[in-house]
Amino acid sequence: MKVARFTAKPDGRWLGLYVLAYLVFLYLPILLIPLFSFNDSIQAAFPLQGFTLQWYATLYGNSALSGALLNSLVIGVIAATGATLCGITVSYMDLYGRSPLAATISAIARLPILIPGVIVGISLLILINLVGLGPSRIAIVLGHILVALPTTVVVMRSRFAAIPKTVREAALDLGASDWTTFRRVMLPLSLPAVLSAFMLAFLISFDEFIVVFFLAGTQPTLPLYIWSQLRFPRSLPTVMALGTMILAVSFIIAGTAEILRHRGLGAVRRTLANPA
Amino acid sequence: MSTPAAAQMSEARSSSGFRFAMLLPGALVTFLLILFALGLVLFLAFRGNDGSLLGSGFGLANFAAVVFDPLYWTVTLRSLVIAALVTLATVVTAYPVAYYLAFYAGRRRGLLLFLVTLPFWTSYLLRVFAWKIVLAYNGVLNSALIESGIWSQPTLAFLNTPAAVVVTLAHAYAPFAILPIYVALETIPKSLIEAASDLGARPFTSFRRVVLPNSMPGVLAAALVVFVPTVGDYVTPAMVGGPASTMIGTLIQSQFGKANDWPFGAALSVCVMLVILVVVLVARGADRRFGSRT
Repeated sequence: MKVARFTAKPDGRWLGLYVLAYLVFLYLPILLIPLFSFNDSIQAAFPLQGFTLQWYATLYGNSALSGALLNSLVIGVIAATGATLCGITVSYMDLYGRSPLAATISAIARLPILIPGVIVGISLLILINLVGLGPSRIAIVLGHILVALPTTVVVMRSRFAAIPKTVREAALDLGASDWTTFRRVMLPLSLPAVLSAFMLAFLISFDEFIVVFFLAGTQPTLPLYIWSQLRFPRSLPTVMALGTMILAVSFIIAGTAEILRHRGLGAVRRTLANPA
Repeated sequence: MSTPAAAQMSEARSSSGFRFAMLLPGALVTFLLILFALGLVLFLAFRGNDGSLLGSGFGLANFAAVVFDPLYWTVTLRSLVIAALVTLATVVTAYPVAYYLAFYAGRRRGLLLFLVTLPFWTSYLLRVFAWKIVLAYNGVLNSALIESGIWSQPTLAFLNTPAAVVVTLAHAYAPFAILPIYVALETIPKSLIEAASDLGARPFTSFRRVVLPNSMPGVLAAALVVFVPTVGDYVTPAMVGGPASTMIGTLIQSQFGKANDWPFGAALSVCVMLVILVVVLVARGADRRFGSRT
């Protein structure tokens, strides 16, 4: 705060206005989707033609859509479970395993950030064909574990690192085994971050398109269903209604994950400070 | 009698069992799904296409085709230019936001950080789709311009241009850039900035000589996380780019789809990874020059 005053230049307010404009640029195109999903016209264009819910009504009773939705949900939950499990173990061993192998695994786990999605997709496509799996839901799950892995590793790593070292040392000194320390002390203390990592991994899987494009068999996920509908101009309003619901769910899950990620650590610190 | 020794042994066993169990999931995923899968791409890149999964023969024919066909040079060059423009636009526009977050935001920092990262968690496909309806011939931008009396005729000039690809990608990857720059700015020791101003540096000099160089590691990290996904993108060119915006990702995708020449697609992928490797090395070199604090 002191520094803020030090560097406080007359342009502070202008900078604030710039940030506001930036947020408008960030959100305006996205918010057009909900706006036109309620518009009574096939065209997404001004002037608005009046309010309607008919595009939402077309979503119901669409078996291709509900199939894709179910597929996305199942794949999202399984892939998020896998990615969170890997994120927990990889980051825990990276921090406390004291082995070059654990550090290497952690480094490679964050490598997908430096690989374009198209290459992740085709490399897995070759792999799953080699092992005889072929494009399938299992293939998608594997792909999404990979895409979500850097996120879960980063979230869990920063959480484990934020737990005071003394907590783990105390557990070990009192005779708890590595396993007990992990399961009874470190994991419960990181539970909000585990939930947060799971939710973010689920969102990544649920929204992912670039990799799933190569790995899907006959059962598409929701983004693939949307992609297939984009070819038909008549179905654009329906896509916007569907997109609005997806955006709403994404905002809610991401918001909850954000709250969880910051929650709980304050409580840990307070308990340590006054263990009454 | 030998209880302590037995206890020690069982503890050592449980400890190594624990280590094994904890290392296994990560090892499987990283070695099999990442390293082995990438190894397969590298292997396939040297094979000839005979319709079988792993091809046949061994040679540099695929790479020769990439190097000697001017089409691939054009597309590669275009991908690099588009990715570079997107990276530049994203980082330059994100920097002031990160600066505000680090030095001015105060109590609103948490909320603002959340707001700038939230779009990252929404569907990439939907963000690109949003631009399609904005830029379309009878779309949002055209109709708004006509409605407000600025233009009388809708224009085709927005959609299906490389510029549309740049704008859409810059918007889609904007949230990537802010966080690394913010973290770099945030971790600059405050004493450094105070010292500069105590020694008489004016705000701009202090920014140019102290803050900017010290935030370069974050800027480079931001540039990297934007450049990598954009250089290999195939969705945005397909949605808003039109035929004049074909990118290297589009070519790779079609080799594994319609064109059905996997070894050649693998060779293109290897080329992209080499480009990224060069960019990473350059960024790392620059990072070292700026005296990375990470």
